[in-house]
Amino acid sequence: MESASIASGAHAHEHHGPPEAHQSSRIDRQTLGILLFIVSEIMLFGAFFASYFFIRVVANQGPWPPEPYELPVLVAGVNTAILVSSSFTVHLALEGAKRGNRRAMQMGLSATWLLGATFLFIQMNEYVHIGFSARDGAFGSIFYGLTGLHGAHVFVGLMLLTFANIRAYKGHFGTAAKDHLGIEVSGIYWHFVDVMWIIVFVTIYIL
Amino acid sequence: MGVKITESQMFRVVVIVGIAMVPVILLAAIVDPIAGAILFGIELGAGIGYLVQRVRTAAPGPAEVAPVPDDGTHRLLVVANETVGGRSLFAELERRLEGEPKSEILVLVPPLAGSAAEHWSSDIDDAIPEARERLEASVAAMREKGLHVTGRLGDHHDPNQAIEDALKVFPADEVVISTHPPERSRWLESGVIERARAELPQPVTHVVVDLEGETAETR
Repeated sequence: MESASIASGAHAHEHHGPPEAHQSSRIDRQTLGILLFIVSEIMLFGAFFASYFFIRVVANQGPWPPEPYELPVLVAGVNTAILVSSSFTVHLALEGAKRGNRRAMQMGLSATWLLGATFLFIQMNEYVHIGFSARDGAFGSIFYGLTGLHGAHVFVGLMLLTFANIRAYKGHFGTAAKDHLGIEVSGIYWHFVDVMWIIVFVTIYIL
Repeated sequence: MGVKITESQMFRVVVIVGIAMVPVILLAAIVDPIAGAILFGIELGAGIGYLVQRVRTAAPGPAEVAPVPDDGTHRLLVVANETVGGRSLFAELERRLEGEPKSEILVLVPPLAGSAAEHWSSDIDDAIPEARERLEASVAAMREKGLHVTGRLGDHHDPNQAIEDALKVFPADEVVISTHPPERSRWLESGVIERARAELPQPVTHVVVDLEGETAETR
């Protein structure tokens, strides 16, 4: 889109260098960044879900999951509870940071990291004992594809939380919004990962 | 004004999605997985519908504008498109700046686009040179009358956004928006004046310019 300006005589001045960055105030840069990221992630998960439903509804004949495979619903349910709990702890951490309660912030972040790591450990343990691999047909491929994709996101979230934890224990983060952006952004990402897992869990293990 | 995504909002989403999945799980376990899938689909559709509705009906917040300096200069932001050369607008500006020892005017002309789609598909390419011509003529005419004036083409399909962007660099004391009469004005139809009054901290004056009437008077 083109724009132009006409300067009056008294105020005419030569402008050197590139034009000033034009930024819309409808949405700030940080929000736009996280929004675009989440939208791209939703599309990525959407592609995997599309594959899952194609395999299950169109390509599959007979029961689901195909015999003799069985999914450990109870273990996955407990794991879901663990991951959902971590959303509460990261929220507690941010509330602590906002109120200047450093201990609550540190405890919240540590608990979130531990719960996330436990989730990942249980999922890997599930992979070891589940009795089929990604090479065992389309079902195995899509199961490992979807849960593995989510696991990779949990891993990335754990990396973010690791840095947030280090910073929290080093005395970083303050009560002002700009001073606890590291927890805010990690929290947004972590909640997104949690929501995606709830949907993955219900889709794969329950429905 | 502005869209925000916060951790608290995302936390609420986790809680809502978690609660929404309980009946899905129960239905799938007790009745049938298909019934659970249907409920899941209904909830998903309702959730997306709610979000869309929420975004569409979100109340405008205050605009982020440059602070007005106390330097004795009265600054006026004039927003107009086709009516930028209207005599009633000139008369209103002269009346407003009468007695002001020092004044500055920024004339903002956001080229007309009917919608975001029209804007992004560059269908308003013809409107831009036309808007520039009007702007140049108008600025020249105002300078002839001794007004201290600069001009700028807006680059957003949304006049309110163009106003806000201009106010970030031009700390106006007041805003004057010029439109056609109600029966011909797309800006009035889309509530540009009401939104400007709700969003801007500056007083907003609406000037109606009847170009057809002015032409008839000249004849």
